[in-house]
Amino acid sequence: MKKVMVGNHAVAWGVRLARVEVISAYPITPQTQVVEKLSEMCADGTLPARFIKVESEHSAMAAVIGASATGVRTFTASSSHGLLYMHEMLHWAGGARLPIVMVDVNRAVGAPWNIWTDQNDSLSQRDTGWVQLYCEHNQEVVDTTVMAFKLAEALDVPVMLMLDGFYLSHTAEPVDIPDQEMVDRFLPKREAPYRLDTEHPHAFGGLVKPDAYMEMRWLQQEALNHVPETLAAIEKDWQRMFGRSYGAIEAYRAQDAELLLVTSGTVTSTARAVVDARRAQGEKIGVLKVKMFRPFPSALLRDALRGVPRVAVLDRNVSPGHGGIFAEELRSALYDLPDAERPELFGFVLGLGGRDITPAVIDDVIAQTRAGQVPSREDLWVGVNP
Amino acid sequence: MSQVRIDQLIPEGKLLASGHLACPGCAAPLAMKLALNALGPNTVAVIPASCFTIISGPWPQSSLQVPVFHTAFATGPAVASGVRAALDMQGKHDTNVIVWVGDGGTFDIGLQSLSGAAERNENIMYFCYDNEAYMNTGIQRSSATPWGAWTTTTPAQFPEASPKKDMLAIMAAHGIPYAATATPAYPADFIEKVMKMKQARGTRFMHLLSPCPPGWKCGDDEGLELARLAVQSRVFPMLEVEYGQRWRLTMDHAGDPVEPYLRRQGRFRHLNAEQVTHIQSEIDARWAQLQRRLDAETLAAV
Repeated sequence: MKKVMVGNHAVAWGVRLARVEVISAYPITPQTQVVEKLSEMCADGTLPARFIKVESEHSAMAAVIGASATGVRTFTASSSHGLLYMHEMLHWAGGARLPIVMVDVNRAVGAPWNIWTDQNDSLSQRDTGWVQLYCEHNQEVVDTTVMAFKLAEALDVPVMLMLDGFYLSHTAEPVDIPDQEMVDRFLPKREAPYRLDTEHPHAFGGLVKPDAYMEMRWLQQEALNHVPETLAAIEKDWQRMFGRSYGAIEAYRAQDAELLLVTSGTVTSTARAVVDARRAQGEKIGVLKVKMFRPFPSALLRDALRGVPRVAVLDRNVSPGHGGIFAEELRSALYDLPDAERPELFGFVLGLGGRDITPAVIDDVIAQTRAGQVPSREDLWVGVNP
Repeated sequence: MSQVRIDQLIPEGKLLASGHLACPGCAAPLAMKLALNALGPNTVAVIPASCFTIISGPWPQSSLQVPVFHTAFATGPAVASGVRAALDMQGKHDTNVIVWVGDGGTFDIGLQSLSGAAERNENIMYFCYDNEAYMNTGIQRSSATPWGAWTTTTPAQFPEASPKKDMLAIMAAHGIPYAATATPAYPADFIEKVMKMKQARGTRFMHLLSPCPPGWKCGDDEGLELARLAVQSRVFPMLEVEYGQRWRLTMDHAGDPVEPYLRRQGRFRHLNAEQVTHIQSEIDARWAQLQRRLDAETLAAV
């Protein structure tokens, strides 16, 4: 069934298809339509779930943590300051190994106030033990929402998926809604091996002393290490049943490329258009979309970038005092390659706080990458008027 | 004073095992034991950061024989809301969901989450065991610390300068079905109130006075006696409030002078006569205010 919908409604449809049983959320721009649509679905019975309308994001995450520990499938959504307010409980969900799925509608962080998109909200949560998946379009949003539950429950890790504020959240696109019966086969009811159950009382999250805490952290790391292969298997199933798939990374016209643009989120679509135009003129250029940020798909990226002469990383985020965060992680991932096979990597910080990344901006990035004799130690800020 | 025998009230069972990690003389495990035995094993406990995080035992042990979810400081009522929703989705409507938390997690950092749950009238039971400071981190003041008390953050030269929050009135103002005060020093009264909580639906709140010998600087064997003095001197009136409207005293309060209660605790040792008089006058003023709240009919029934 095809419907035209905004990204926020695509999220709600994904949640409905996944037959989530407990939702808790607090409204925040630009996530608000997710909450509104899910409230509507719960009210009219098309989604038979309990929606706990809490007084804060901190409580929203706490409520889904409690529900998830009781064995049901849970969901929440947030953005920007709301996500930051959840930060403590994101750690709790990760450490408690609860397969909660949440959507973060990427939005810049204050001060100063800014409601438009960039990735600093979600990237500043990168050490909380959550898988992070960045989506490019609304079809990917609805599909990834359902797949996220399968991934989360396979490994008992929480999963966060991101869509760019307004560019996706408020932009309508045609979306093919997967068939419910097929989704039910793909994603059966959650079977929690451990849960709050008065028939089998256990304590969860109690004090763990130094002799065992580290082992629990190690087990968490082991689970996250299995995410790439698990997601690949899930995507394969999804491809077989629904005829679409994405991947932790996705190369576009990357064969024989002398210059690869590394992107995430909606800027990927713009980059694809630029690449098409350049390829038409005979330039060997392509795009590498990075969808998964945690765990960082280092091995996949090393294989994809091995021997590519020049790589330009487009970071819609910044770690102040350092630089673009994708570029930083990518440099670390490529360090293991022998000198001869390691690309020259150019990092660009751009599009912060919702500033447009137009084809002209990407042309500028390409020109600077071509002109650079030596990769800059500092990432370059594009389009700043000091 | 209640005439009900405790052994008639408490069902058989031992839901708090021996070997818990409370300090000697701590009233909290006694309160937990009485509450759980009254509620029975079909209970899920949510325990935010508090002494009880430690008391209930480190992994892989647990002194509680009911399922427990340990959680972060500010989140008890929110986690319990999620547990309640999930149990309801599983058809387990008769499972009790309790939050068990100290005064810091209630009066201070957890107040927003508690107010949210009460406003939604979540079907949960909330027990605040109040030892009047952040005892687990070494006796720092909370907003439950009484005026004039010493703590490590309100040293004797500059003791606590704010009056204690009226937590029962705050919760009653939410209009929840049931709110009460109690102390394990009066177990029959406490258990009767837990039984009432068990039978009611919606958000139920209990404020428990729970003496802490290290924090109050009293003997290990003095805590419960001090709690009785607190009740008898009207420092801690024993109350019930239904739907924020019907206020009722559940026990007689003699109106004994507060001085003996204060003098037996090291945390009040520095107080001079003038300060003790001030505390007494505050108690009397609050009692007069409470009298105005109490319904004349129910007063007569006490």
